[in-house]
Amino acid sequence: MKFKLKLFKSKEAVGDRSTTSSNIQAKNKDGSLEVPPEYQDALIGAKGLKKYFPIRQGFLSSIVKGQTQYVKAVDDISFYVRKGEVFGLAGESGSGNSTTGRLLLRLTDITGGQVFFKGKDISKLSSKAMKPLRREMQIIFQDPYESLDPRMTIKEIVAEPLRIQGITKSEAEIEERVKQILTEVEVYPPEEYLLRFPHELSGGQRQRVAVARAFVVNPEFVVADEPVSMLDVSIRAEVLNSMLELVQKRQVSFIYITHDLALARHVCDRLAILYLGKIVEMGPTDQVIQNPLHPYTQALIAAIPIPDPNYRRGDLPISGEIPSPLNPPQACRFHTRCPYAFGECTTLEPPLVEAEPGHWVACHMVHK
Amino acid sequence: MGLVGESGCGKTTVALSLLKLLPSAGKIRKGKILFNGKDLVQMSDSQIRKIRWKGIAIVFQGAMNALNPVFKISDQINEAIKIHEPHVSRSAAKERVEALLEMVGIDKTRADNYPHEFSGGMRQRALIAMALAANPEVIVADEPGTALDVVVQAQILKLLRELKDKLNLSMVFISHDLSIVAETCEKLAIMYAGQIVEYGDTRSIFQKPLHPYTQGLLGAFPSIKGERRKLISIPGQPPDLLVPPTGCRFHPRCPYVMDICKREDPKLLPVDQTNHLAHCHLYPQS
Repeated sequence: MKFKLKLFKSKEAVGDRSTTSSNIQAKNKDGSLEVPPEYQDALIGAKGLKKYFPIRQGFLSSIVKGQTQYVKAVDDISFYVRKGEVFGLAGESGSGNSTTGRLLLRLTDITGGQVFFKGKDISKLSSKAMKPLRREMQIIFQDPYESLDPRMTIKEIVAEPLRIQGITKSEAEIEERVKQILTEVEVYPPEEYLLRFPHELSGGQRQRVAVARAFVVNPEFVVADEPVSMLDVSIRAEVLNSMLELVQKRQVSFIYITHDLALARHVCDRLAILYLGKIVEMGPTDQVIQNPLHPYTQALIAAIPIPDPNYRRGDLPISGEIPSPLNPPQACRFHTRCPYAFGECTTLEPPLVEAEPGHWVACHMVHK
Repeated sequence: MGLVGESGCGKTTVALSLLKLLPSAGKIRKGKILFNGKDLVQMSDSQIRKIRWKGIAIVFQGAMNALNPVFKISDQINEAIKIHEPHVSRSAAKERVEALLEMVGIDKTRADNYPHEFSGGMRQRALIAMALAANPEVIVADEPGTALDVVVQAQILKLLRELKDKLNLSMVFISHDLSIVAETCEKLAIMYAGQIVEYGDTRSIFQKPLHPYTQGLLGAFPSIKGERRKLISIPGQPPDLLVPPTGCRFHPRCPYVMDICKREDPKLLPVDQTNHLAHCHLYPQS
């Protein structure tokens, strides 16, 4: 009952979009909602989230092989992100972190599981019902050279979400809001940039414009998919810092997708490590980095080069490369590369359990 | 030896010039490239061809694109052997290919695979094998770890270090990542906008970076070890090399900029009579 109350409250907060909210509520009446008590205040959450991509195959092989094969890009993952929290999704390429980000925003269809936004299940909403919610959830893509339309001016790019969402009709107000957000992301002075095209901007400035576009509608939830990996080191920190300032100032729930643990450590409050579509470890960033419990996390951390010439790295605990997600190893997906693998690892999939408060890990070693 | 700098600062151009592989629009305007006492810049095409691969070999960046997708790996390495040592018999060449692959950690049964059957890390290994095909004295590795996952990257770097010690190679290691060169290179040259701004032992550069750009780069690098701190970046953007800034090319971004920096380009000179060189007016210019 406590939760119902919460739901009502958030409906109130949504205010002018009450019609949609009641739609959502109606869909939710079958009562599939069970948010663990510690995540009652979570803004966005995933529960048992799955995404399988079917593999296109020819007519003949479909007869010979029988059923369609799937790439299990994201396979049964659950997590919650609180308001104002920076949550990191880290993993090698192919581990499903980008797909997870897209699923949360409903940018790809969900195969199974649920996505909660402000306590409501949005995993089955129609795209029409999603549209008002899009104002509250935004994404920043990896490559600012591809994510900005080369034929639009900076003003048009940043104003587009305002127009699509119909937030304001007044041209003067649109310009005012665009200028304000550009100033906040330090594209300064904004008047000078409004009529420029993306090709006139450097990579760092382009990514700032992409950040401005995401934040101009005052979203409550933002996914950033490797937002600085294309940028040079000397400007990376600046873009990242101004992005994090916005996140803090507006108390946005922020999902930071990365493969760079060293950077994730500086950015995230909590961190989840993904391997082949599964969360293998999750917890507060410092705990995960300083006391990694899963052998994969340990290996990832050992593999990171240290900017210190006096540091000599020992041997890597794991060998080989990430297996194909088309045919992932059975039971524990990491057992083929794990230095500690034993009998149970090849027969039983380890569940994600809480090893210490807030620090979750999926490994048979830890359970013992 | 490591060569570090941001994109567009001229690292890869240096690498290509070393082998005189520059695209036709580019030309070496001035200067010498000395290899075993001979100047490569003055050499003719046929002379340089003898040095390529036998003297200096290159491991290109982007393992995904540097291999020809329609030839088997073994044939591509074989080609490198055949061109540089035409007298080698076919069976001997085959043995060499297998030995090379084994040396870089690829099972010889995979020799007849095509590049698409290899993973990213294996392709990078195959490229290293190819660079070693004609027993070179110098290897130029252009961003060998980039575009690979951290674990694979660490494996490749380890392989390069081992090969360097085993075969007694000289290596020019090009990267934008200071943390990679920190553990790989003995000497370091930091490049900015087409110039070397600092040169010295890796250790002394990390302990006491002299040039403001190097100091900025080190501050911008996150580390997984030690204190969690706010990352500091260098304000501004790398310059447009069509119209480089006057004087010192770093002066528009430099926190210690002085009047002289805007007028005169400093020289790369030793600081305090050590072999640690800096290209900056903060240090005596005589």
